[in-house]
Amino acid sequence: MQTTSGLKSFGAFIPRRRLQRAAIAAAHAWAFPGLKGQAKGERAMCGWDEDVITMAVEAGRDCLRGSDASRIAGLTLASTTAPYADMNNAVFVGTALRLSSSAGGADVGGSTRAGLSALIAACRAAGEQDSLVIAADKRSARPGSVQEMQTGCGAGAVSVGQGAGVIARFLDAETVSVPFIDHFRKAGADFDYGWEERWIRDEGIARIVPQAVSRLLKRLNLSGERVAHFGLSGGPAKSDAAVAKALKLAPERVLPDLSVNVGDTGTAHPLLLLVSALERAQPGDIIVIAAFAQGCEVIAFEMQQAASDTGRRGLAGSIAQRIEETAYLKLLSYEGQLDLDWGMRAETDHKTALTQLYRSADQIFGFVGGQCSACQQVQFPRLPTCVNCGESDTQKPYPLVDEPARVATYTADWLQYSPSPPLYMGLVQFDCGARLLMEMVDVGAAGIEVGTPLTMSFRKKERDKLRGWDRYFWKASPINPNPSASPSN
Amino acid sequence: MASGIKDKVAILGMGCSRFGERWDCGTEQLLNEAFGEALKDAGIERKQIEAAWFGSALDKANVGNSAIPLSTALRLEGIPVSRVENMCATGTEALRGAVYAVASGAVDIALAIGAEKLKDTGYGGLPVNSKGTFNDLWMPYGSAPAGFAQLAAGYRAKYGVSKEDLKTAIGRVSWKSHQNGAKNPKAHLQKAVEMETILKAPIIAEPLGVFDCCGVSDGAACAILTTPAIARSLGKKDLVTVKALALSVSSGREQSTSQWDGSYVMNTRNAAKAAYKEAGISDPQAQLSMLEVHDCFSITELVTMEDLGVSKDGEAWKDVMNGKFDADGRIPCQIDGGLKCFGHPIGASGLRMVYEHYLQLTGRAGPRQLGNPTLGLSHNLGGVPYNGVCGISIVGLQGV
Repeated sequence: MQTTSGLKSFGAFIPRRRLQRAAIAAAHAWAFPGLKGQAKGERAMCGWDEDVITMAVEAGRDCLRGSDASRIAGLTLASTTAPYADMNNAVFVGTALRLSSSAGGADVGGSTRAGLSALIAACRAAGEQDSLVIAADKRSARPGSVQEMQTGCGAGAVSVGQGAGVIARFLDAETVSVPFIDHFRKAGADFDYGWEERWIRDEGIARIVPQAVSRLLKRLNLSGERVAHFGLSGGPAKSDAAVAKALKLAPERVLPDLSVNVGDTGTAHPLLLLVSALERAQPGDIIVIAAFAQGCEVIAFEMQQAASDTGRRGLAGSIAQRIEETAYLKLLSYEGQLDLDWGMRAETDHKTALTQLYRSADQIFGFVGGQCSACQQVQFPRLPTCVNCGESDTQKPYPLVDEPARVATYTADWLQYSPSPPLYMGLVQFDCGARLLMEMVDVGAAGIEVGTPLTMSFRKKERDKLRGWDRYFWKASPINPNPSASPSN
Repeated sequence: MASGIKDKVAILGMGCSRFGERWDCGTEQLLNEAFGEALKDAGIERKQIEAAWFGSALDKANVGNSAIPLSTALRLEGIPVSRVENMCATGTEALRGAVYAVASGAVDIALAIGAEKLKDTGYGGLPVNSKGTFNDLWMPYGSAPAGFAQLAAGYRAKYGVSKEDLKTAIGRVSWKSHQNGAKNPKAHLQKAVEMETILKAPIIAEPLGVFDCCGVSDGAACAILTTPAIARSLGKKDLVTVKALALSVSSGREQSTSQWDGSYVMNTRNAAKAAYKEAGISDPQAQLSMLEVHDCFSITELVTMEDLGVSKDGEAWKDVMNGKFDADGRIPCQIDGGLKCFGHPIGASGLRMVYEHYLQLTGRAGPRQLGNPTLGLSHNLGGVPYNGVCGISIVGLQGV
């Protein structure tokens, strides 16, 4: 009997800040009044301290929640916007996820379909040990462009393996590779260059995607009616509905395209659509996800069982955890498209000693503190001598990432340079006893107070603009940044 | 058992430059300004100085590291000169070095001097410095006011004081110092300010507004120390002697364990306990005539009143409102204007506090002279409330 292979878990992350499209349109109304037609809903927006690495870590954590990360055999990170051109971004993410040092790490990219390509490759190679596929993109667009309204950012993650734990069985995949250039971005360029949407929709998607899906279904001996959840990434609005119509799929089987509340997340999008399907699928349901770009990739799964309840945030949870943003200039400033005068305090040199970084990699990337074997005090940082009892060489590694924590002291600092003032900081008290001074981010309108419950997130700490190196560490944020707001989906 | 420092060392002379935005001069001139006054006050020659301790905290914005800038500025030839640095408590470190040198018998006359040139940074507030290659990887860079502003959150949470009441009380702390600073010709800020102005000022680090923060200044202060016997042999009467020198430095307990509740400064409590023991003080509220505390921020001064035991825990905000620490209050605090108005050239501050007590004890404080003070406590903090340094110096009339 053939061993079942497929998806074993999933996770998602959407940055909490959601920029109102009406605010973007209003800022450009003097030059591009036509953007008003796009001014519906909101798009996810990275904080200055969020990028592909940080989003991938968050999605990966969500996927691995409740499981043993050290058993993951490899991580593939798919992105067209990973921050480093030469430096394994996947290894960076894997270290923050506390994967084993013997786990593989591979960056893939080159196209927004790379997320699905990586998933197909992982499913075909599924072995006894699980592997992780994470796709993330932080998409930039030229100010005033339609793309600025349409793009978003986020990350999706799935673990792939074999056996009883499979929740969605991998059926097969189909690929079409043709030089249909709907958009491109030259290496080193800031923005995409895109062609006319009507051509993309009518000559590209309408001709390429239905054929590929049909071929796959035929090979699987499945009728179109069996497809319970269909998602398409990479196309203009409503192309998914057009493809569904060509395939004779009922409209309700088309997954929400996330355009109204997230935006197009590029490489991450097919994985986020897949996560969306996994969150709603019943055992027996067929899931088909396609990613359009220089042809397309299509993958099909059959739902086996509901995912175990690990307290994952998922896509629905990620969408619900939102902070409404109306300051358009914040987007420009965060993206480096607007060079504000931050004054002399922003001139500080942040050179990182890479020697020190390697020595303390588990503390900095993995947020692993220490627990004293003599007095049991949990502490961060992990230094040679215990902060509580003074015994030396008694520290055992103690991960703090998922430990419950609260605000012990705080302030909002308007003097210190921060790309997103005010800089919230204070002592964070973990229930396990550890305490440290941390930056606090994603503070909503409700603010914070002593006792506010906190969750940890992996972020950029400082940017070394002189050398192009970003420091990363963990920051704390309120578990619910917006207690009074109702969740939106 | 250690016998302590009490009455083993006398102040032979002191000097303090005018503090403020000293666009007119560099650190070398500031050092000479303070040193010249002290030398004249001591009635000795430069060559009689046998050893010197130089306090400067921020070498990059000042004269660089090492003691050489001091020996060069004052042309101290062939004597041991050391540079000390312990954040904002640097001035007290210089004093400790010189006092202990005299007390040990290693030298007869020693110099403690500190200076800072903060107005050469090009902006207000303190510069941001690296905290070392490891800490830089995880510790947030907050401003100094952000470090101390957290005391407000901790204090409110512990004692249930409303945001409004605490904001008013810390505003009252600054109001009092401005009243005092207006009478000090050497102070950086010599203007009284209305409460309304203080309370409505722009926020720097919640809840601290501009007037809750001390001035960042240029300045230098110094002390010439000797033994009481030598001081008398040089013709000094009514000697001011060192009663206690205490220093407490964080080991990480406050910022790395749950054993600190954020409402006080553990180092101040540790240092105060040691200083009171060394000085033989059992009832600080009754025995201390005056206080110069490290009011880098108004909230710091407020909690320091509790940490020093001159207010009950949770009561300082009421004592402040009742004027207990005003010039005419029960224990005048910051009679010279404090860091708030006299200014805060870091390396000089710990010595400047002692300078004010020395003037008061010798009856030379002019329009702000208090009636018959006998004992003054200087409290000099460095770092942040949860990870810092506290130096306490108590000086008083010999025989008290």
